[in-house]
Amino acid sequence: MKKVYLWLLMLPGLLFLTLFMIVPIFMTIGSTFFQDGGFTIQGYVKLLGDPYILKILGTTLQVSVITTIVCIVLGFPTAYYISKTKARTKGILLALALFPLLTSAIVRSFSWMVILGKNGIVNNILTGIGLIDEPLKILYTPTAMVIGLIHLFLPLMIISLVGVMENIDGDLLRASESLGASRLKGFMNIIVPLCVPGLIVGSILVFVGSLTAYTTPQLLGGKQRVVATFLYQNAMTLNDWYMASIIATVMIVVTFVIIGLMNKLARKLNPKG
Amino acid sequence: MKEKHRGLAVFTALVFIFLLGPLVIIMATSFGDSTILKFPPEGFSLRWYQNIFDVDMFMETFKVTIVVALIGNLIALLLGVPAAYALSRGEFRGKGLLNSIFISPILIPGVVLGFTMLKYLVVKFDLPIYSSLLIGHVVLMLPFIIRVIASSLSNFDYAIEEASMSLGASRLKTFFTVVLPNIRSGLIAGVLLAFLESFNNVDISVFMTGPGVSTLPIQMLTYVENYFDPTIAAISVLLMVVTGVLMILIERLMGLSYFTKK
Repeated sequence: MKKVYLWLLMLPGLLFLTLFMIVPIFMTIGSTFFQDGGFTIQGYVKLLGDPYILKILGTTLQVSVITTIVCIVLGFPTAYYISKTKARTKGILLALALFPLLTSAIVRSFSWMVILGKNGIVNNILTGIGLIDEPLKILYTPTAMVIGLIHLFLPLMIISLVGVMENIDGDLLRASESLGASRLKGFMNIIVPLCVPGLIVGSILVFVGSLTAYTTPQLLGGKQRVVATFLYQNAMTLNDWYMASIIATVMIVVTFVIIGLMNKLARKLNPKG
Repeated sequence: MKEKHRGLAVFTALVFIFLLGPLVIIMATSFGDSTILKFPPEGFSLRWYQNIFDVDMFMETFKVTIVVALIGNLIALLLGVPAAYALSRGEFRGKGLLNSIFISPILIPGVVLGFTMLKYLVVKFDLPIYSSLLIGHVVLMLPFIIRVIASSLSNFDYAIEEASMSLGASRLKTFFTVVLPNIRSGLIAGVLLAFLESFNNVDISVFMTGPGVSTLPIQMLTYVENYFDPTIAAISVLLMVVTGVLMILIERLMGLSYFTKK
């Protein structure tokens, strides 16, 4: 096909994205460095010097790291089990994992409000069996956010891992066993390294997703802010668009740095080279 | 060896209870009779389902959500199908970069997309909120359309296209009579996925609300923050039914293995 035609086919989409996505983003980033007609990094200095904002950044990071780790711990064995089942069972289990993933984040966060609330299921059970007298405050804490985010992103981890585990030859493990390695040793030395690419993809998806999530922290976090809800608050409630732009810039830079680093790591660790 | 698998099976079962249990609880509470959301629910009633249709805001925002998802999907198809075709059939410099640009709306944080669009499209360029909402959703849907179609095209043998063209059909005619019918199921699956993505979107829509313009998810968010009755549980059940139906259709069209292979 002639080059001209190729470009003509892509042009409408490219123009659309440039005009409505790329330009607004670059103008937003630019606007954080130019205030009152001069170059400035004042906003970023303020960001790093404000304990309230630093606390928000800290909460976001902490919540995302915990979510990612728990998703790996829960997702790895689950994905391994799914990948070892027969085709029919595998299809059903994958569908059951995908269903919550495709369900609205509001529905899923809302279900945790019902479970974790002051009169929620967890507190009713705990007070019912006399373990506690006063209901625990779980909802509107970082713990609630972590639980909601794990629920939100665990399917992504499972699906990414099933993708790589399906392609691992079962004979490899049997070969290592027949050569005298214990099952666990064979698993750790053969299966785990082969899963690294899927593990990295899954971790990027979960970690970046948690860092930038809006709905779940908004519903389950209460007054606890994370960067996405803080961006919204600045833009829509406080009308501080300068600060909102700075947070947007930080979010974009952090997202792309993480994706870049993880991709580099994935290439390095990929056993297939 | 068998015992080890049994342990793994129990672990997997617990994980699935964690994933699906909350959704089951929502279903149960939606049929409760009391005005406060409770589990286990007391009594049985369908009045919360009735309530959805009695609250005007739910019906109005539902209409906006559907219109945006459908028209947005159409625009995304018009922009995305030719681009996906060029990206999967052409060989040229900068292909990787262009591919990344077309996929980038997935990678850029949703609230960043929403905020920058509000800042420039609505405020600076003075576009109506409704149009900006639509534009935002097209941006959101494009990568889904492009990815699914590119994956369908990569499974479709180029030699068949060449055969059609060598027999005298033009490239355009070949596309509509040979290529399109062959990637039809992928195309429909892509449309459904994009539809779900738009229909459930919060991050962009939350910045694009104005007089008469708001989507159902945003209305639900506002409602949850103010009331805690089972109406939202009832809507959730309806949304789950829609999600389930679309998922079954996607499975029939493409197989769920699509999700594990990207």
